[in-house]
Amino acid sequence: MKKPELLVTPTSVAHMEQLAQAGANAVMIGEQRYGLRLAGEFSRQHIIDAMQVARKYGVRVYVAMNALFHNDKVDELSDYVRFLSEQQVDAIVFGDPAVLMTVREVAPHMKLHWNTETTATNWYACNYWGRKGAKRAVLARELNMEEIIDIKNHAEVEIEVQVHGMTCMFQSKRSLIGNYFEYQGKFMEVQQMKYAKGLFLYDKERDNKYPIFEDENGTHIMSPNDICIIDELEDMIDAGIDSFKIDGVLHEPEYITEVTKLYRRAIDLCAENREQYEEEKGELFARIEAIQPTHRPLDTGFFFKETVY
Amino acid sequence: MSISQIINGKRVIVKKPELLAPAGNLEKLKVAVHYGADAVFIGGQEYGLRSNADNFTLEEMAEGVQFAKQYGAKIYVTTNIYAHNENIPGLEEYLRGLESVGVHGIIVADPLIIETARRVAPKLEVHLSTQQSLTNWKAVQFWKEEGLERVVLARETSAEEIREIKEKVDIEIETFIHGAMCIAYSGRCVLSNHMTARDSNRGGCCQSCRWDYDLYKLEGDEAVALFDEQDDPFAMSPKDLNLIQSIPKMIELGIDSLKIEGRMKSIHYVATVVSVYRKVIDAYCADPDNFVIRKEWLDELDKCANRDTAPAFFEGVPGYKEQMFGVHSKKTTYDFVGLVLDYDKDTGIVTLQQRNFFKPGDEVEFFGPEIENFTQVIETIWDEEGNELDAARHPLQIVRFKVDREVFPYNMMRKGH
Repeated sequence: MKKPELLVTPTSVAHMEQLAQAGANAVMIGEQRYGLRLAGEFSRQHIIDAMQVARKYGVRVYVAMNALFHNDKVDELSDYVRFLSEQQVDAIVFGDPAVLMTVREVAPHMKLHWNTETTATNWYACNYWGRKGAKRAVLARELNMEEIIDIKNHAEVEIEVQVHGMTCMFQSKRSLIGNYFEYQGKFMEVQQMKYAKGLFLYDKERDNKYPIFEDENGTHIMSPNDICIIDELEDMIDAGIDSFKIDGVLHEPEYITEVTKLYRRAIDLCAENREQYEEEKGELFARIEAIQPTHRPLDTGFFFKETVY
Repeated sequence: MSISQIINGKRVIVKKPELLAPAGNLEKLKVAVHYGADAVFIGGQEYGLRSNADNFTLEEMAEGVQFAKQYGAKIYVTTNIYAHNENIPGLEEYLRGLESVGVHGIIVADPLIIETARRVAPKLEVHLSTQQSLTNWKAVQFWKEEGLERVVLARETSAEEIREIKEKVDIEIETFIHGAMCIAYSGRCVLSNHMTARDSNRGGCCQSCRWDYDLYKLEGDEAVALFDEQDDPFAMSPKDLNLIQSIPKMIELGIDSLKIEGRMKSIHYVATVVSVYRKVIDAYCADPDNFVIRKEWLDELDKCANRDTAPAFFEGVPGYKEQMFGVHSKKTTYDFVGLVLDYDKDTGIVTLQQRNFFKPGDEVEFFGPEIENFTQVIETIWDEEGNELDAARHPLQIVRFKVDREVFPYNMMRKGH
């Protein structure tokens, strides 16, 4: 049976090597100048180093260029794309059509993955971006299992699904944390708090904690739970989903590595030995639960949830 | 095409932007057009982003299109959801329906709807919705090459960025000038999905961004509060957009359509905001070099505002002063109390439909496109049969009373409080 790729997000080049050893087939890396909500910051030199690791382990490297670009960065996109093309990275991940246009101009053979996160919600849109040049669509995390499988059944492009980790709920161009401290008159704390780690918004009514952080791309608010469906992979593997992603953003490298090992085991079993998978999947889930940070409950995201409008 | 020309020794604007207004129902559509909108955007029964609004049936759209035609105004329909698979069946029929009633164009975000419209309803213009969060000229170039007639830019674009986009790409540009707005990049927010299981990108947004939150920092496993008891909570509610001061700059940039937000807003709001911007645009275009913003226009906008307003990204990146902390809305200073149906010039008696309580002795204000605002103290009020009333108490009741100056159908009467 076809096995989906296991795609993970390293925090550093050294961590990438650990992830490769843990069984990752592909990594997504990049820098916040071009990419959104990355687990680690990879400069051009880091990308060069990452390609060495990739060759050693046979791991594919996808580079994030999925920011929403304003005019000021448009002209430099071609230089970055050219660099990535020279390094022979395996694909560029984009959301903004400006990246697609740039790749057409300077590196027409470069593979593209379409990833706007929230807007990949139907199979037609996936195929549309496929006709424009994308080889893969990364689905919105707000879809349920039935919708995901229906998209795969109609898709003319590869389909990537996030199976683990937190997801972005909100991106604003405004400096919302900085603004709050300025409003309170705490001007001295603005710069420090804006980029502080471990900030979260508390929602009393739902008793939820939403991680919040600022970077070059604005303010990001993340989901209160980590998705974990290590014990629910059967339907998507049967449907032939092409890539399973573990997003490690805002997690410790050791945690990401351990989760990667467990999903490696789960995917292998689910594809090769379904009986054994059924037997072991509860334990695989329990092992993730055991290393889960106390403030990050696990849930199944939107996979089994009904959304109305 | 140049923006202005010298005619008879005086510079005038020859490229006048479209004033585009929202309408949540047929009555609001008629008011928006009558008060001077060049185009109106409305929502249908499906595929739009306000599932709680009244929204138009096809029959109502047909009537709206016919009404707008008398004024030379256009109707656009918002079909800007990000569709899920289940929304695909029925789309073709829906778009054919819009085309058949003579709608001028649709406002779209999802490529599914763009391409389906091209295929089954080719007479519809296709405008790219702000839900695509278009922020640069190269992305605009992409959509031009896809054959779109117009793009609505992200609300995060500045005047300078719009100037560069206009220079580099020959396509119609629409931008927001007034109303409520998302604090997130549009289309990139799913707070509602997570907090209430309502899909924000299919019209279910419950405005979770306007709620209060507490900001904490994790120190190890311990959460430390970053606020004191007496502090206002963390909030990310933006003040409403108000670009009245920037209209001259927007006209000189050659922006093609200036858009007012608010399909959920009242007819009083639509009438007030449309009439003010109509006056601003007309006055600037007639004599740009001697133009000044008049104080009464600013006062007029304030009469229907239910939030504080700010210019947001057009004039630079907004800071804390352009957000609301603690208090999230303000009470409007005026109530809309009556809609003029008729006026008898010989007797000076107005026939008016009651929209809110008023009584003899109240001082009210009349406004409308044909008149300068004026105040009037109400004397005796009669009902349709000529019986004297102690007050106009009943919604939609038809009443009569004396008004000193001439008023016209669709003029509105408001009362301060």
